[in-house]
Amino acid sequence: MDRLLNVVSILSLLLMGVVLFSVRRSHIRVEYSVSWLGAALILLLLSRSPGALYWIANELGLTAPPLALLILVFVIFLVVIYRLSVVISDLKDANIAMAQRVAILEFQLQSLNEKR
Amino acid sequence: MILIPAFNEEGAVGDVIREVNQVMPGVPILVTDDASRDDTYTQAKNAGAGVLRLPHHLGLGGCVQAGYKLAFELGYDYVIRVDGDGQHDPKYIPTLLDVLRQTGCHMVIGSRFYQSNGEHTSTVRAIGIWVFRMVLRPILGKPVHDPTSGFVGVNRDTLRVFTGSFPLEYPEIEALVVLQRKRFRFEEVPVRMRKRKAGRSTITAIKSLYYIIHVLLGVFVNILKFEGRRRRK
Repeated sequence: MDRLLNVVSILSLLLMGVVLFSVRRSHIRVEYSVSWLGAALILLLLSRSPGALYWIANELGLTAPPLALLILVFVIFLVVIYRLSVVISDLKDANIAMAQRVAILEFQLQSLNEKR
Repeated sequence: MILIPAFNEEGAVGDVIREVNQVMPGVPILVTDDASRDDTYTQAKNAGAGVLRLPHHLGLGGCVQAGYKLAFELGYDYVIRVDGDGQHDPKYIPTLLDVLRQTGCHMVIGSRFYQSNGEHTSTVRAIGIWVFRMVLRPILGKPVHDPTSGFVGVNRDTLRVFTGSFPLEYPEIEALVVLQRKRFRFEEVPVRMRKRKAGRSTITAIKSLYYIIHVLLGVFVNILKFEGRRRRK
């Protein structure tokens, strides 16, 4: 159990480091780094609080606290991925509308030039 | 207006435009070029059509919707969509237009299977069309014989709806559900389809299963769709 928690702590710190590095290099925008940093912080806090894990495992009716950690990891990243899916869908809608608008404006500009 | 969506149709689009011109002289023809990698744009221009060139590939739905948006902004009352691969025989365009005008319906579909005009299609596609017919009948409240046909005509009310909401992939079937939500009326007229002159179908045998699942999901999502989502567009 202790070894697993240590591994999760290290991975959480690693995730934070990678995200912060990516923000610094402008690979990820600040607003989209929040989900990842939040997820990494929650995992770090949980991995440093075995008591909380035992409590959660007990509340969920699980005999093994590591299982509670795995379920939490799964749920946290599911939320992050869902949020990104919403963002991607919005971006795709905006991108299509913009591409269509550009084409229509180009068409109208060309028509005007041909009339001159 | 005649709308011809085209993607890599350099081998057919010129002939299609010339045929349409013979059948409907003087009627504006708009080709929406979905960022073709071949010479579609030049062929369409040389054949005398206006060409709406998309800056990058959007897929059939985005391509057709761009044409509908322009037609709506230019004030057209009727738009007939004809595919750029030569499968749709332009001689039926006047019939589609007459039905739109005379019946006052919102959409008219050129149907291969209406009034048993003896059209045949591949087995996989036939099964898919049968499934879609069964699913759509209770939703639309009347049978639709050829829900996958892209040979359609729409009036201005429908253009207004489609400028705001139009399915992106495989749009024909979902578009019917979009119209049903508005209580719009459609009619079918029998047409004969031809073999494509060039290019490849967007629906290959491998994609057929994905197509059926995607469209069925799209139909149910459209039934449940929250109107407020359109605020983003």
